Amino acid sequence: MTDVAARPSQTSVLLDRMRGVRVASWATAGLLVLAVAIAIVLQPNLLTPYGIASTFATFLPLTLVAVAQAIVVIGGGLDLSAGAIVALSSVVAVQVMQGQDGLAGLGLVAAIGVGLACGAVNGLVVSRLRLQPLIATFASASIFSGLALLVLPTPGGTVPALLTGTFRQAIATVPTSVLLVVAVALGWLVLRRTRVMRHIRATGGDPAAAYASLVPVQSSQLASYALSGAISGLAGLAVLGNAGSGDPFIGGDLALGSVAAVVVGGIALRGGIGSPIGAIAGAIILSLSSTILFAIGLPTSWRALAAGVVVILALALSALGAPRRRR
Amino acid sequence: MTRAVRILRDPVVVAALIAVLLVVVGGLLRPGFASPGQVVDMLRVASFLGIIAIGQTIVVLSGGEGIDLSVGTVATLGAILASRTMAGSDALLVPGVLLALGVAALIGLANGLGIVLLRIPPFVMTLGMLGVVGGLILVVTGGRADGRAAPALVSLVNGRDVLGLPGILLVWLVLGIVVTLVLRRTVFGAQLYAIGTSREAARLSGVPVRRVTVSAYVLSSLFAALGGIAMVGYSQQVFLNLADDLTLPSIAAVVIGGTLVAGGVGGYLGSAVGAIVLTVLTSLLTTLAMPEWARIVVQGVVLIALLAVYGRQRRLRA
Repeated sequence: MTDVAARPSQTSVLLDRMRGVRVASWATAGLLVLAVAIAIVLQPNLLTPYGIASTFATFLPLTLVAVAQAIVVIGGGLDLSAGAIVALSSVVAVQVMQGQDGLAGLGLVAAIGVGLACGAVNGLVVSRLRLQPLIATFASASIFSGLALLVLPTPGGTVPALLTGTFRQAIATVPTSVLLVVAVALGWLVLRRTRVMRHIRATGGDPAAAYASLVPVQSSQLASYALSGAISGLAGLAVLGNAGSGDPFIGGDLALGSVAAVVVGGIALRGGIGSPIGAIAGAIILSLSSTILFAIGLPTSWRALAAGVVVILALALSALGAPRRRR
Repeated sequence: MTRAVRILRDPVVVAALIAVLLVVVGGLLRPGFASPGQVVDMLRVASFLGIIAIGQTIVVLSGGEGIDLSVGTVATLGAILASRTMAGSDALLVPGVLLALGVAALIGLANGLGIVLLRIPPFVMTLGMLGVVGGLILVVTGGRADGRAAPALVSLVNGRDVLGLPGILLVWLVLGIVVTLVLRRTVFGAQLYAIGTSREAARLSGVPVRRVTVSAYVLSSLFAALGGIAMVGYSQQVFLNLADDLTLPSIAAVVIGGTLVAGGVGGYLGSAVGAIVLTVLTSLLTTLAMPEWARIVVQGVVLIALLAVYGRQRRLRA
């Protein structure tokens, strides 16, 4: 019923959005092709099965966190605690699994569960206490990283061989890490058709209008953070699979990196616009750019500067490519 | 609402009361915490954050989602450039400070131009700048920061030369008063509040929106560098990540002080009190000898509680 009443304006808004997404995604797609091409020219062995597997294995944590961030940003929020959630869920999973293959399943559940719980806390603080997402998640990041230190005071612990093995393996010549990225992308294609995700997008586009159209704004905000937290929890597991041990300090750069990936991926920080597929592309572009800088043999001390400049250039390109929105 | 209630609801008053309360609680739990010497020490540490928060306040007031995520690294870079140049000599103090401020101004200019001309959102532009400046620090230092603070700078921060107080507190006070006057009494201040309230209305009234916006980011970097230089006076030596962690506290100080993140409402007095609240809280938790994890957790919980008192967004229903 709500849908019928709101249809005319929704259609025009929808058209507006599709245009917005298309322009921005051209810039993103262009950057992605460019980055892949340069990387392959510089490092031909990138295309071997081993190259793809190890490249994606290192990309996966940032990719997953970028998707998590994308969902929150589309919902009109921001999650600076994403890195801390990754850290907390990974150290909890390490402690739960105790390096035993038999407990790997339990570790998976624990990582996702912890992420979900952290996300729910963020969602409650933002939607019920109505705090600014930026400040609220900065504060909650402090809480989560404190708890991570409690669970695992110093880096260590062993990750079950099953997990690290699977992570590096290929299933029918396709590396597991690639399959996981594809699975996340497919998951999004299903998710975006759900009512929850429509509500999240409407809330991010214009909370007041969404509220007036009977969208449960508070629950949608809560859902976006909870969903995002669960995916960050999964990223925590990817970190473990990649590193082979736990580290309570990991994730410091992941939150801001994920925000950069989201923007390069053509998702407007104002909310309502974009898709996590763009965030996946953004994460791959950013990760590839550091691979490229490594490959051209830039002195170590210059690499961080160059990486920063690349990020700004990419941001400038995607900002120029995106249409201006109503003020 | 009676006058008394209104005053009690003023974020600046609330924050000040919380700061006093924290000091009193600290004094009760650990004798000596509330002693004048300790309080002066806490204020001295608060001054670094407070000076950096001057720029952050100006940027947040300018609206348009204004925020500067690069202040922490800019402060570190300023500290590194200044201390390398002065290299422990008073004669080179002024050149060192000028060099640091000059580079900081260029960084702020780049931030402002990226935001105004390329239309990159401030959050993102300054986030990118965070990476660039971090890289710049590695290039300048080659990964190893050297350089020492000039004795004059050290005694300004660590001495008790002005009426028994460290000179840096006087510097902070003067800066705070000047900034408050600039915000309240000058054309620039009026234009800043105007663009913070509504870019469009300000533009139509003839306010040079772009120029004011760029100035805000230049000022932010300048005050960040000043804060970093003050920190070197305190630590006497420079580290690669000296002030990096002050970025988010600087934003928290602004918000605790009651400045609206949307822009156009607030002032520096609140941010100064916010910086004091955050510093007292940190030093209280340190004094109580809590394990590090508990300290970090309590910090987050208190920040959320503080903000829940008045840093809340408008209710949709209203």
